[in-house]
Amino acid sequence: MNYIWYFLIVISIIFGAINGTLNEVANAIFSGTQLAVKIILTLLGIMTFWLGIMKIAEKSGIVESISKLLTPIAKFLFPEIPKNSPIIGDVAMNFTANALGLANAATPIGIKAIEGMQELNNNKESASDSMCTLLAMNTAGFQLIPATVIAILAANGCNNPTEIIIPTFIVTSFAFVSAIIIAKIFKRIFPPQLTKEIENAD
Amino acid sequence: MPIKEFIDILSLWALPAIILIILTFAIIKKVPVYEAFIEGAKEGAKVSFNIIPYLVAIIVAISMLRASGIIESLSLTCSGFLNKIHLPADILPLAFVRSLSGSAAIGVFSDIISNNDINSYTSKLAAIMMGSSETTFYVLTVYFGAVGIKKYRYALLTGLCADFIGIVMSIIVARFFFA
Repeated sequence: MNYIWYFLIVISIIFGAINGTLNEVANAIFSGTQLAVKIILTLLGIMTFWLGIMKIAEKSGIVESISKLLTPIAKFLFPEIPKNSPIIGDVAMNFTANALGLANAATPIGIKAIEGMQELNNNKESASDSMCTLLAMNTAGFQLIPATVIAILAANGCNNPTEIIIPTFIVTSFAFVSAIIIAKIFKRIFPPQLTKEIENAD
Repeated sequence: MPIKEFIDILSLWALPAIILIILTFAIIKKVPVYEAFIEGAKEGAKVSFNIIPYLVAIIVAISMLRASGIIESLSLTCSGFLNKIHLPADILPLAFVRSLSGSAAIGVFSDIISNNDINSYTSKLAAIMMGSSETTFYVLTVYFGAVGIKKYRYALLTGLCADFIGIVMSIIVARFFFA
């Protein structure tokens, strides 16, 4: 991440200087911080609300029931997580919220899942395999119905905006499955850093 | 149109239904719902504050990159090659931006559909690409920021590979359905 971050900033400044947009680049520092604060404020609200709701779900035992139901899939996707752990329930609810297009609910629930994974993590600064798999599931952008895009298309006078549903579903499903497979492959190429964890042969 | 009605009902009911189910289930199980909510909500507020430094770092960097105009220049440079693989040059900024910033992607998408015929192949390809995208950098920053992870290992690479596959698949599928 150090190099990527450095690279993003240095490229922006150098290209800005060549392109004559250095002024815009400098201004972007301030507008960027403003945007970040705006996002944080939104996030603060939804995080507070949804982690509240999720605490209720956890205490009622509903999360655990989902975990039990999904044990076979969970064992394949997250071999590090113990059987019947509520983390699996959180992951399942995160996936459901994403599939339904409820990004505002999906993020806090996903964060609850990654917090659980962090407790099991041997090196608190470095991502575990479970976390990478969870993020692969989240970055692939799987959803049943791309409601925002349909709304924008409809607002701009598209004849039949719903015809993109099936193509989009094919694309996201394919990307979702690929992301998980890629994560499983990379897991072998990038071993955990600075951990004394003994790798189980799986 | 039944599909449209179904979508409307689904998007209207998804959120209320989830909350209704969780709350009702909890009441039946005699969970003190209000107190449980407050307990969880306190954690939520704390976690959000943890995310601030990570989010500022990445959003400033991405804002700078967008302001430099490099994405437009790259798109311009590649346009000849892109036409050969049936990717309209207009689409390229969207392909880049969609991994970086969600709000920017919506902006670029709106530009594309207002500069092209809304029912054209380009608009539909853009819609599919937009609908199948998730802001990889944002997701990684928020999730890892929440728990203080600094070494991402292969998470970013996996996300970007999946994004790339999404772009390629969007083109293939859009060609199949709409070209």
